[in-house]
Parts: sequence; structure tokens; C-alpha cells
Amino acid sequence: MGARNRREPCRRCALPLSRSRFLQGSQDNVIQAFAFYLFATIVIASGALTIVSRNPVHSVLWLILAFFNAAGLMLLIGAEFIAMLLVIVYVGAVAVLFLFVVMMLDIDFAELRAGFTRYLPFGLLIAVVLLCEMIFAVGVWNFADIGPDTRMGTIDPDMPNIEAIGRALYDRYLLVFEGAGIVLLVAMVGAIVLTHRERGGVRPQNISKQIKRRPEDATRNTQPEVGKGVEL
Amino acid sequence: MTMLESLLVVLPELILTLGATDLLLVAAFSNKPDLGRRVSIYAVLMLIACGLALLGPAGNGGAVFGGLYYADAFSTFSKVLIYASAAIAILMAPRFFDRRGEMRPEYPILILLSALGMGFMVSSGDLMMLYIGLEMQSLAAYVLASFMRQDTRSAEAGLKYFVLGALASGILLYGVSLIYGFTGTTSYQGIGAAMASGLSMGELFGLVFVLAGLAFKISAVPFHMWTPDVYEGAPTPVTAFFATAPKIAAVALAIRVMFDALAPATDAWQQIVIFVALASIALGAVAAIGQSNVKRLLAYSSINNIGFALIGIAAGTQAGVAATLSYMAIYVVMTLGSFLCVLQMRDAQGRPVEDIASLAGLSKSQPALAAAFAIFMFSLAGIPPLLGFWGKFLVFDAAVAAGLFPLAVIGIALSVIGAYYYLRIIKTIYFDDAAAPYAPANSVVENGLIAVTAATVSPLGYLLVPFLALTAGNAAQALF
Repeated sequence: MGARNRREPCRRCALPLSRSRFLQGSQDNVIQAFAFYLFATIVIASGALTIVSRNPVHSVLWLILAFFNAAGLMLLIGAEFIAMLLVIVYVGAVAVLFLFVVMMLDIDFAELRAGFTRYLPFGLLIAVVLLCEMIFAVGVWNFADIGPDTRMGTIDPDMPNIEAIGRALYDRYLLVFEGAGIVLLVAMVGAIVLTHRERGGVRPQNISKQIKRRPEDATRNTQPEVGKGVEL
Repeated sequence: MTMLESLLVVLPELILTLGATDLLLVAAFSNKPDLGRRVSIYAVLMLIACGLALLGPAGNGGAVFGGLYYADAFSTFSKVLIYASAAIAILMAPRFFDRRGEMRPEYPILILLSALGMGFMVSSGDLMMLYIGLEMQSLAAYVLASFMRQDTRSAEAGLKYFVLGALASGILLYGVSLIYGFTGTTSYQGIGAAMASGLSMGELFGLVFVLAGLAFKISAVPFHMWTPDVYEGAPTPVTAFFATAPKIAAVALAIRVMFDALAPATDAWQQIVIFVALASIALGAVAAIGQSNVKRLLAYSSINNIGFALIGIAAGTQAGVAATLSYMAIYVVMTLGSFLCVLQMRDAQGRPVEDIASLAGLSKSQPALAAAFAIFMFSLAGIPPLLGFWGKFLVFDAAVAAGLFPLAVIGIALSVIGAYYYLRIIKTIYFDDAAAPYAPANSVVENGLIAVTAATVSPLGYLLVPFLALTAGNAAQALF
């Protein structure tokens, strides 16, 4: 995408995908552009702060802010459903889970950073290679003659977001979707196979045994004589 | 096509999905003794049912689900081999695991799920399907490699396989994303159409990355590093499984990608495949010489064999693809037979032994097993009267027919070097001073399987050659 968008940044919000129903007219375009730059700046800034902040808890909080503003960007291009998903799934579940994990795990960050200078040349080398590849990829992108219309996602512009996603997931790509479900099942089975242990000496609750138990099995009437105890 | 018809075409996958989930429930709630063996039997029955399902629309139903899934002669040929090797991998397991009380019902279930993923791989018509199938197969394989979790070598094998496999998946995905980005589609047909107008630099990059990812899965040089360690550390039945079913699936997948999606770029991938084939043959032949562990040796042998199989692909012709498919079929029988023999290597207490030196004197103590071992080794070496020769002959024939004389000449020279270490095993068995004898091989199932595979590989197997040539030819034709 890079080159094209960098040349005409204000078209960012007037791409064919943009179908925001509550912002129309020329003046609203200004508001849209303003909102875009606001969200985009915050996403980039909080993304950078996620990496550089020393306290991992702060990192996660910055990450949550980044997710939130990314949701705003999604809203701007008219992808309401994905925006909601970002807020509910990423902000609501994933990031909070991260936060718990980070707070619960006792990670010694000083130790993690110890190897930093030692591996720095190697890391820099890889970074340079990746950078060259990216420049290369962006460079050849313009030579490849493909417009947005040849790519996937040419759908009816009046179709609501959720319906379009649903059609792709449950109709066109049903088999892949179900396959992805089985991949998750395999992962779950694998995790249990590798970690589950039969532990002796525990007394788990046996619900069916509890339900089957009748009063006459559990209690008995005795009539001890005076001065004698109950035989148990 | 209605939904029902589409579902009939994916019937083997449906059977495996429902079967594996059912068996999971059985494994979770049943408390019968010897659950592992019971579940194993059901799993084998399910694989047989899948094989039978291929006789129906699942064998020739064509493209379904919008071209995501292909059921043609090619997928059927590969699936028969995959299901058969998965079934044998299940059958050979119980006695091996029983000794440590590790025959858990999850073993056959994970093999079933892995076979499911491999079915998706060989039937894929779309890069997304490719990735889902590959990942399903690999995830199950990572767990199987470390199935004996108390054993440090097994755990190490699983971890190593997982880390390197995840890296390979990443490389493959990067290639997939590049191809998608530059062609605008993930379907093989669409990619083929987009590349027909000329190969852009980005597409070439994507192609190289996809091939690198696939080369990892078939353990071709230079992406073979994981193979000896994983094969040595994983439990022997699992190693036998790794050396057969996933290799067929990955080779078939590579063929489908190269001849379906990347057909216009044949010149580009041909050079890569020629290099990878020769490097695999050379490394497999030379590095195996110093090995003293029989599983490590067979790991290098599998690298070597994959190199020969790739020669057929490098030819880039229909005859070449047919030769590769025949080669894989013969390779699977030889490899399963060899691993079944390795399973019989147990000392007097029943502990598995993997040292090649311990084979000495086997010809005296167990002549039948020694003969079977010798047949498999001669066949792997490609000595003429045995079936292994036929596979090599076919791929070299295809390479010569395609005009790749240097490739064929170097390949044949290297195969002579490779013969050395197979012959060394035979020399140890027949001519060395006897070592401590093994425990008697008394499992009916395993002895029967050894007899069947040995008979197939022996000159008797030539009776199968016309049938094999016909089916492999049909399978290759489905791609052209």
C-alpha cells in the first residue's frame, strides 16, 4: 500500500472502502481527516511507547491504547464490526489477559536484557537485511501492475460489514474456517497430552456417585443403651 | 453443486474429523483397561473406511468449495499412501509404548488428526487450505515427537521440531503473503493465471520462500538440520510415521503447488529443485557414513531418498511427476519395513536398542529378521533385483527424457556412494562377530507386517509395477 498512500494521504479516507454513513459532505471530510490523523498518531506513539517503556505493565497499558485507537481507524474506513471486535476481543480479553500474565509471572527483566549488547550486532544485521527487503518489496510494488480491484474484497458496497464477513467466512471459505477450528482442537489436545498428569492421593468430586447416594446408605438408626457409646 | 454433494467429496476428512473427536470422548470418559489398544483398533478401522470412501465421489469429485479442495486421481493416490502408512504407524505402536505404560489413547487420535491435515494438504487448491492442512499435520507431529514426555530425548526432539517447524511455517507464510500480495489471489488457478503474464520480482520472492518452507517439511537440504535429531529422539513408531506419511503429503503438496499454481514459473523453480535434489542426495549419502545409531542413519537415508524423489519433480514433465509418485510409494514400503525391523531390536530385557553394532550376529540368532533387514537395505541402496531399483530407474529415466543429463549422471554417482552405508549394515548383520542376541521377535502383527513389506520390496514386487505405473500415471495426468 505504502507508496500510493504516502503520495496522496488525504485520499486515505476517501478510498472506495470508506462508507461511513454518518460523515458526509466536504466539511465532514475535514473532520474525517482530522480524526484519522489523531487516531493514527496515537496508534504510532503508543506503539512506540509499548516497546520502549521499561515497566512491562506500562507496556501492556500502552498496547491497550494502541488497540483502542486502531479500532477508531477501523471505524473510519467503515469496518464497524472489526472495530467492535478489536475493542471487545483485543482490549477486553487479550490485553487484559496479557496484563494478568505479566503481573503474575516473575520475570527478571534485568536478566533478559543482559544479553542485549552481546547479540546487538547480530540483531542489527538482521534488522538491516529486513529493512533492505522491505525497501525492495515497496520498490517493486509499483512495477507490479495491480489495482485494488483485482484484489479480493470486491464486494457489494451496500452490504453491511457483518454480512460481508459472514459470507466470506461461512460460505466461500467454510472449509478453511472449519479446518482452523480443528487446528485449535489439535493444539488443545496436544497441550493436554504433554502436561496432564494422573495424580494419586487427590479426592476428586464424583457427581454421579453423590447423586446415587440414598439416605438409607448414609445413615442408620441406633439406640445405644444408657452409659454405652455408639459403635462406629 | 449442492452442499450434500460437496460433503460427499470431502467424506474421508469428515470420517476422520468425526472419528477423531468421537475417540477423544471415548478416551476421556471410558475407564476400560487397555484403552490405548482399543482406540488404536478403531482408529485403524477409520483409516480403512477413509480408504474405501476414496472409491466414491471422494476419489474423483473434482473441485468443491469454490476450488478450495480438489478430489482427483492425484489426491487419491497420495491419500491411499498416507492412510496406509498412518494405519501401520498405529499398528506398530502398542508393544513399543506398553513397556513403559505409555500407550495412551491420544497416540492413535493424534495420528488421525495428522492424517486429516495431510488429506487437506494433498487436496488443497488454495494457499489458505495449504497452510491449514500443513499446520494441522505439523501441530499433531510436534506433540507426537515428544509423546514419551518422561524421556528427555523425546522431549528434546519435540521442542526442536516445534521451534524449527514454527520458523519454517513463518517462512512459508511470508512467501504466501508475498504471492497473495503480488497476484491478488490465493487460489492456485488464479495464481497460475496471474503469473502467466510474466513473473514479477515479488512473485519470485514469494515462490522462493514458499519452496523453502516446503523444503523444510520434506527435510530437503539445506533445511534438513532438524531431521537426524528429531528422528533419533522421537519414539520409534513416531519416527516411522514421520519418515512416511508427512513426507508423501509434503511432496504431493509441493508437486501440486509447483505444477498447478507456479506452472508458468517452471524455469524459476526448476533450478531451485535441481540444487535441492542434488544437495539432499549428496548430504544424505555422505553424512550417513559416520552414524552409529540406526535411527539417525535412517534419517539421513530419508534425506537422501527425498533428493531422488525431487529429481522427478525437477524434470518438470508429466512422466517426472508419475516417477516421483511411484518413487514415494516404493520409498514408503521400504521405510516402513526398515522401521518395523528396527522395532524388533530389543535387548534381553525388552529395552529398545538403536546401536548398529548390536546388529552383529543377527543372521545366526534370527535368520528371518536378518534376511528382511538385508532385503530392505539392499532395496534402499537401489540394488537391481529389488523394488528400490525400479523407483530410482524411473526418476532417472524421467530426468534423462527431460534433457537433464548432468543431473542424472551426478545423481547416479552419488547413489553409488550412498549404497556404502546400507551395505555396511548388511555386513554387520552377516559377517561381524556376534553381539548379545535380541529378545525374540514374537509380535504376530509386526512379523506379519514385516513379511508383507519384505515381499513387496522383493523381486515379487515387480508384479505390482504395471499397476503402480498405471495409477501413478493417472495421478500425474490429473495435474496436466
